[in-house]
Amino acid sequence: MIRNSYFINIIRFVLLILVQVLVFNKLNFFGYINPMVYILFLYWYPIKEKRQLFLLLSFLLGFLIDLFSDTVAIHAAATVTIAYLRPTIMRFCFGVNYEFQNFKLTNTTRAQQITFLTLLIIIHHLVFFTLEIFSFENTLLILQKVLTISIATLILCLLLSSLFSVKKE
Amino acid sequence: MRQIINFILRYKNFLLYLFLLIISLALTVQSHSYHRSKYFNSSNWLTGNIYETTSNITTYFGLGEENKKLVEENKRLRNLLFNQKKEDSMQLDTTNITYRVLASQVIKNSYSLPRNYITIKKGSADGIKPDMGVITANGILGIVENTSKNFATVQSILNTKSRINAKIKNTNHYGSLVWDTKDYNTVQLADVERLVPIKIGDTIVTGASSSIFPENIPIGIIKNFDLNNSQSSYSIDIKLFNNMAAVRSIYIIENVQREEIIELEAKTNNDSQ
Repeated sequence: MIRNSYFINIIRFVLLILVQVLVFNKLNFFGYINPMVYILFLYWYPIKEKRQLFLLLSFLLGFLIDLFSDTVAIHAAATVTIAYLRPTIMRFCFGVNYEFQNFKLTNTTRAQQITFLTLLIIIHHLVFFTLEIFSFENTLLILQKVLTISIATLILCLLLSSLFSVKKE
Repeated sequence: MRQIINFILRYKNFLLYLFLLIISLALTVQSHSYHRSKYFNSSNWLTGNIYETTSNITTYFGLGEENKKLVEENKRLRNLLFNQKKEDSMQLDTTNITYRVLASQVIKNSYSLPRNYITIKKGSADGIKPDMGVITANGILGIVENTSKNFATVQSILNTKSRINAKIKNTNHYGSLVWDTKDYNTVQLADVERLVPIKIGDTIVTGASSSIFPENIPIGIIKNFDLNNSQSSYSIDIKLFNNMAAVRSIYIIENVQREEIIELEAKTNNDSQ
């Protein structure tokens, strides 16, 4: 069971990177909208795993995406930030429930899942575009990009997650 | 001592986060200054090969279109060749050549970020070096920034770090080509004085004071212009000849005399100090 979960996470890690850089980075919807679906890795990652490993994996994930898209380390910074904040966000979304031993993402309501995903995406994009544009003169541009691309990312993440969701038994 | 260890143990997650964040911020800030992202770019072995494989597959879908473009370019060049009115003793002696041209293909293109890079299929093994100019059949594309053995990354003109010397065709009025990140088919020409007569539709080409590009490579036409805030120079919008979203075949230009020029300039600078 445990080995199985490692295996699934490794497959997810590789596939999400490839899908991100080979498909979604080339989308350029309206000229600039490229959804960042690799955030799903952090959404799906098991809750009970060690946090240090999770932080390191998230950094690696972001950094590999950076290598492919020539953005040095912006994805890495944004991803590591949401990886660190994930427990806080989960407590906010799921209440104290999530600290129980038998807590599972699939047991929560749809609304809770969507809030969780939305918060992850918005924080990630906020850090990402602030670093990418890197000037306070363009605050409006940053907000505009965060808003539009967050919506695109959210829609695609929801579609992908319902496509590959684990069936309830 | 014990307290310090306890502190570290208690905040180990936060410290790890801080550590990783600082690494990424340091790399990012460093890359904002010129030519630092030497190792972390898509010209490396892993990303280069993945991009090459996928581009090999996707190229098949555009072969017809690409062929048409190349025939069109050949037609234009032949027209130039047949109508040349010079004496027919063409110089083929390689020692007199200033610019050497190499051909290659784009394997990864991006145009939606503020700092865009293009990855191409040739690297240091084929003689590509940083600071070579890259053009397409239609116009200018960028400058080689990093190379690995088989791949190279090109700093696109759609990059806020890019500043290329450009001029208005058939005049000697220069400016520098920059990009305001808004539209990927429009770039800006800055530092053109207000006394210069310009009008919409004028052609912009590369200038002579660059040691990277030859003079008179087409860039685009003036879309509209306005005086800037200080009323001393124009800010000019240029519509590019290139369709930056669909670049495929490219040419890399090597200026054989570039090293000599740079050496001379460095020497002059040293002497004058």
